[in-house]
Amino acid sequence: MSILGTRVVRTEDPGFLTTGAVYTDDVVDERLAGTCHVFFVRSPIAHARIRAVDVSAALESPGVIAAFTGAALADLPPLAPPMPDLVDGRMAQPLLARDVVRYVGEPVAVVITEDTYQGEDAAELVSADYDPLPAVVDLAAAADDPPSLLFPEAGTNVTATFGDASALQADLFDGCEVVVSRTIVNQRVAPAPMETRAAAAVWGDDGRLTAWIPNQGAQGTRGALAAMLAIDPSSLRIITPDVGGAFGAKFGADPEHAVVCWVARQLGRPARWAETRNENMIAMTHGRAQRQTITIGGSRDGTVTAYRLEILQDSGAYPRFGAFLPALTILMAPGPYAISRAEAVARSVVTNTTPVGAYRGAGRPEATAAVERAIDMFAAEIGRDPAEVRRVNLLPKFTQPHRTAFGAVYDSGDYVTALDAALDAAGYAALRAEQARRRAAGDVTQLGIGLASYVEITGAGAESGAPRENATVEVFPDGSATILTGTSPHGQGHATVWAMLASEELGIPVDRITVKWGDTDLIPEGGGTGGSRSLQQGGVAVRQASLELLEVARERAAAALEANPADLVFEPERSAFEVAGDPDAAVPLAKLAVEERLVVRTVFIAPGATFPFGAHVAVVEVDTETGKVVLRRVVTVDDAGTVINPLLAEGQRHGGIAQGAAQAFLEEVLYDADGNPLTATFADYPFLSATEVPSFELADMATPTSYNPLGVKGIGEAGTIGATPAVQNAVIDALAHLGVRHIDLPATPQRVWRALQDVSAGKDA
Amino acid sequence: MQIELTVNGAPRSDEVEPRLLLVHYLRQRCGLRAANVGCDTTSCGACTVLVNGRSVKSCTMLAVQAAGQEITTAEGLATGGEMHPVQQAFRQEHGLQCGFCTPGMVMAAAGLLAENPHPTEAEVREGLEGNFCRCTGYHNIVRAVLSAAEDMSA
Repeated sequence: MSILGTRVVRTEDPGFLTTGAVYTDDVVDERLAGTCHVFFVRSPIAHARIRAVDVSAALESPGVIAAFTGAALADLPPLAPPMPDLVDGRMAQPLLARDVVRYVGEPVAVVITEDTYQGEDAAELVSADYDPLPAVVDLAAAADDPPSLLFPEAGTNVTATFGDASALQADLFDGCEVVVSRTIVNQRVAPAPMETRAAAAVWGDDGRLTAWIPNQGAQGTRGALAAMLAIDPSSLRIITPDVGGAFGAKFGADPEHAVVCWVARQLGRPARWAETRNENMIAMTHGRAQRQTITIGGSRDGTVTAYRLEILQDSGAYPRFGAFLPALTILMAPGPYAISRAEAVARSVVTNTTPVGAYRGAGRPEATAAVERAIDMFAAEIGRDPAEVRRVNLLPKFTQPHRTAFGAVYDSGDYVTALDAALDAAGYAALRAEQARRRAAGDVTQLGIGLASYVEITGAGAESGAPRENATVEVFPDGSATILTGTSPHGQGHATVWAMLASEELGIPVDRITVKWGDTDLIPEGGGTGGSRSLQQGGVAVRQASLELLEVARERAAAALEANPADLVFEPERSAFEVAGDPDAAVPLAKLAVEERLVVRTVFIAPGATFPFGAHVAVVEVDTETGKVVLRRVVTVDDAGTVINPLLAEGQRHGGIAQGAAQAFLEEVLYDADGNPLTATFADYPFLSATEVPSFELADMATPTSYNPLGVKGIGEAGTIGATPAVQNAVIDALAHLGVRHIDLPATPQRVWRALQDVSAGKDA
Repeated sequence: MQIELTVNGAPRSDEVEPRLLLVHYLRQRCGLRAANVGCDTTSCGACTVLVNGRSVKSCTMLAVQAAGQEITTAEGLATGGEMHPVQQAFRQEHGLQCGFCTPGMVMAAAGLLAENPHPTEAEVREGLEGNFCRCTGYHNIVRAVLSAAEDMSA
């Protein structure tokens, strides 16, 4: 029986559960003996000219070895923005601020101590003088009426533009019976992985740097770090310990990582850094942060004929991946709908806030939230059921690739079936009946039912070409095997699933297969884990390597058995080749590794990205007196093609749903008008807890893709993409009969209550 | 200050700085690194251990306050090479992904079941409210704790 498609529990769990995983701060290694500890002194002001940074008092503090300001690192290149052809390259972040600070939390100095408590003491003794500059916080003003420019030499706060706003068609909505338009917010949130950032670094006698850094792809981290340190990537080895969550925010490397490596070189001894949560909340990249103007038009029968999306993206103080997010949002702008006329444009601007990067979904949740809100606003305007309006406008089922007006090529899709399956599983008609009863009774607690249909893009290729990933499989004489992968799990369970994929082909038990990743000396190439790419590229590469290994082994088996290779069959049950029709004439796979290594490295190249899809139904109760939202149910259909391990795939959906729901009604990074962060700790940031979500109801749907032999698509981000608009739509739906048409994310009690006050006062809400 | 305490069943005696947090004592002095530090405001529970059988956030307690107490960490929960039923249930139900919250979550769950051996789903969620997880959406954690409760009473 095939192991694929079965609920194999994780091989990595016993260690995680008993001694704990080994995260960067847990690493014990003789190379790190005698380590010093690095502490960052960060700007308390959002925008200011630095007059002076004085570390002299800190140097007198017990245990202090050294302290450095930005001047000491002036020779090192700044962290260059990604996508140099799209983003203004002048807006680069120095490793430590020198002349100007541009967000609260920007590193301005480091203190290095013998132990950790001494560092916290000494960092407080660093004094810095600042001349405040006007802080750019308001997103709309940042572009068109800025109180100041973050980079005066650039002449603008706009760091990137997507599409030509002057070319928007004036007649796009001509002929529409109904046009609805609104500016909505897709708020800034914190990725907040449970493990904060960290680093440990040591330079060897050979001049090579070894750095332990929690990351999503050691090879990308190596490249980013080498660039900041101005060294050749070959003189840098990244080792990836266990990683305590990442959610998009641990790709590449940050200035702090480079500073720790620089300190280790400067002092000639190992250096370590473990970020505090407070630092993490203000200095790790944030996610989302878009202001979207959506306009939708169509006819009263429910047909949508035109849609426009205009995006203002907050990049934070320095353009990172966040500046590029609108490209992905625009790519997925029309979602799963057949809208005959659609257009989208965007501008990314810099503000005096924490830089924005990737966060679970990265650009696609923003697209889905916009179009799903638009569809619901349109449905409300024409007075029709949002499920019916979706059904009318969803692309009909297609099995051949479908090219959208925005250049996305959807591999396959069956959106109506997904929607109907979710509605069935939720008991949609009964929910509407219960809602009608509560409305008629004027209940204080109203019921809201929110829908979201989505299609997303997973496993997109690098700039350099088609999506690809490598894998190496080696079988050993003792019957065990090792897999090397270019992906980089941080909770997804590749150690188990990659072993399942090899076990399926090689007949070696999962618990005898070791999966390795994240060491750039061992695995010099790889794309890491992000964008829900791992299984459909890295996993498929493992399968391909296993099959190629069998062909190498077949030749050896033929020689050993003095048979024609074509007459041999491989029996996974006994992990052996045997002569067809003569099971006694057999040779075990392991034996074929005795005289010569039995190892294959291969690269799987995909024809393109895949486009998972699905539908979410959220049910909320809203207290119309207090504005409090209680999430009662989330029912989802998430079709990511063939499922290899349902236990783990469901886990990815659960986590995604929770994060998406949290964005809908809880989480938000806030700043005051001067750019001071108001959500800088877990005491202030409303991190989702177990009491705020229900158990989730997952319905199955699996449409294999033709883009890889396993038929798999990505599942890592689907939950996040569907859940946010489903929950948001549910909250608004609960109050629709009272006249509420929109409530911005997140639907906090205050926002909900305000919307209710506004409608009862006759104002638009 | 000199403290004497029991850690995972073994008596210890150590000289510690008065301000040393219990979690740092366990991680740095005892080499027990399962308990993690996930925040600085006693919000996340990644550092949860048992003190005399009750779950405590070890970042909220000084090592000197642990003098004379019995501390149990995730490393000390298994007996005779067998994982504790809570640990087994977390594995069986896929109640962990990245694993960072896991040792604290497991200890909080063990503490919860010691106080309430037959919790409802709502009681499990309330009991774990002080332990954050970013990966699982809590779904499988709750299932694991309910399943462990059944296993332990069987």
